Amino acid sequence: MKSLGSIRRSFAPWSDPASKPFISFKNVTKTFGDFVAVDNLSLDIFTREFFALLGASGCGKSTLLRMLAGFEQPSSGEIILDGQSLAGIPPYKRPVNMMFQSYALFPHMTVESNVAFGLKQDGMPKADIAERVDQMLKLVKLDKFAKRKPHQLSGGQRQRVALARSIAKRPKVLLLDEPLGALDKKLREETQFELMDLQQQLGLTFVVVTHDQEEAMTMADRIAVMAHGKVIQVATPPEIYEAPNSRFVADFIGDVNIFDGTVSAVSDGFVRIETEGGLSIKVASQETPAVGGKAGFAVRPEKIRVGNTQPACAPLNAAQGVVWDIGYLGDMTVFHVKLGDGRVVKASSLNAVRLVEDPIGYDQDVWVWFDENAGVVLRD
Amino acid sequence: MSKFGSAIFNRLVIIIPYAWLLVFFLIPFFIVFRISLSETAVAMPPYLPVFNWDDGLSGIFDGIRQFSIANYLWLTEDSLYINAYGSSLWIAGVSTLLTLMIAYPIAYAMAQAPGSIRPTLLMLVILPFWTSFLIRVYAWIAILKPEGLFNQLLLTLGLIDQPLIILNTNWAIYIGIVYSYLPFMVLPIYSALEKMDHSLTEAAQDLGCTPISAFWQVTFRLSMPGVIAGCMLVFIPAVGEFVIPDLLGGSETLMIGKTLWNEFNANRDWPVSSAVATILLLILVVPIMFFQQAQAKADSEGR
Repeated sequence: MKSLGSIRRSFAPWSDPASKPFISFKNVTKTFGDFVAVDNLSLDIFTREFFALLGASGCGKSTLLRMLAGFEQPSSGEIILDGQSLAGIPPYKRPVNMMFQSYALFPHMTVESNVAFGLKQDGMPKADIAERVDQMLKLVKLDKFAKRKPHQLSGGQRQRVALARSIAKRPKVLLLDEPLGALDKKLREETQFELMDLQQQLGLTFVVVTHDQEEAMTMADRIAVMAHGKVIQVATPPEIYEAPNSRFVADFIGDVNIFDGTVSAVSDGFVRIETEGGLSIKVASQETPAVGGKAGFAVRPEKIRVGNTQPACAPLNAAQGVVWDIGYLGDMTVFHVKLGDGRVVKASSLNAVRLVEDPIGYDQDVWVWFDENAGVVLRD
Repeated sequence: MSKFGSAIFNRLVIIIPYAWLLVFFLIPFFIVFRISLSETAVAMPPYLPVFNWDDGLSGIFDGIRQFSIANYLWLTEDSLYINAYGSSLWIAGVSTLLTLMIAYPIAYAMAQAPGSIRPTLLMLVILPFWTSFLIRVYAWIAILKPEGLFNQLLLTLGLIDQPLIILNTNWAIYIGIVYSYLPFMVLPIYSALEKMDHSLTEAAQDLGCTPISAFWQVTFRLSMPGVIAGCMLVFIPAVGEFVIPDLLGGSETLMIGKTLWNEFNANRDWPVSSAVATILLLILVVPIMFFQQAQAKADSEGR
């Protein structure tokens, strides 16, 4: 059997101009009174994709999902699913199912009848329903709990019932609203991988809404980072992390140091930026900002190195400072280094060797530096 | 507080409701039950036997030997009582159903209303209690009588050319009961609907239910505890209702509350009226006990 990874690596319909999107948001706007929840948004999602809508609360991601489910109608624009416009189609006629954040399990029904509910509405023969329910409960490993009521289950088990119920009808698209939000950390991590396996097994298109960037990074094929009703960037997790297209995305995903300054030279794929604090940055960049203009340089903490001796690249991409704070996280250590101009740079290093006395201590004078490929230039 | 002290406190707290029931329900009930086994007498009190503690135990046994179920047999012989029970149950049943049909949409609308105006709506439901019950029932006489407001309105609108006879019919009683007991139906249903997770109906629709079918399969089904509580709060007092049939009903209206009142006051027959009251209690309490047992069983089945 091929591993998940090998299937995933070759899966990139969004970069193939010949492939047709399965779900298309076309200039969709949704307003509630004066409030613009979704602002002229266009977005394509492909068959069998695991797509994540990521953003802070109130960014419009849930509204987008609810429009796909049919609980909200777009104020303008159009949503196309599998070549068909969804305008005017009520929720109960859409080939999509949703897993609710609160799970929305029917408290008066057993696990079994919860899973059977959707099939019953379709008028499926009783024997077929029983078979499908059994199959679904085995899939989520809850076949022993079929006769229980939701209130007799743990949070994790309820989450599985909700999942089984939402995939029982074999929808074309499964919508997941903060699917792991109510689980504790350990269970959440396990369930992330289970969801990914399940999606591969069933060959469904998943659209998941989450505010948890780690969750989105782990599970999704592509992530749409949203803010104020707009999509800021749509890309694969590595692209989002390593090549954020804006200050917002760089800042929203993970930890980042952003150095602002004036562009002093652009040549041969390199950009040079001088910051007010006296740091000279020369980095490889596909962006070509105008010389003399303002630009920022974003670099992740794990790509900044800390040491006692002056690096070879100095004076470029290097600065001197004092260790201000040290955070030991187990797998890695985070250093906060205060530079001459008072700004604090975050740098982290992996603790690959056990119990090594770290040569870097509090209040020590150190150098911080980074490679010319360590980060991205952000145009303002 | 010491552990011992808190144990006593806990026990005391549990005893209070039992003591209340004992003093204000069980003891009065046994007094009524004891009178129902006696016979009428022109005396003070107007029944026999009367226990005299001076006679000692043998006197009490003598008294107990005189007890008889003659009054209960009497209730079965005279069709008046059976008819009164039957008609009371019927009127209370119809009124409860009508109240439910009016109260449910009100409660539903209240639960769907924006959170900011819900307290106001709740207040409006409770507001009639601020006026005396008796005055409100009298007001219905003024509304329903042939030359009353309701008939005036219909006549002015040209919908009828003869005043409708509503007052002193069973219809007036239905109207009176529905009006008076509406809040008791609205409040429990509202409280059941209000705490319901809205995403449940969305989930039902997402799984293929039309909004109407989602309502019946999920919303209504989950509001059943409220519906049952409301129906009991209306049905039980309505069966024994005296004021409404007396003021709004006609001479033909037969309700057990009125019969009881007649036996007690007009006929001065305490034993028979006590028997009437005891049977009424049995008619109401026994089905409720069975129902609650069934509910408890259904609740524990899933465990």
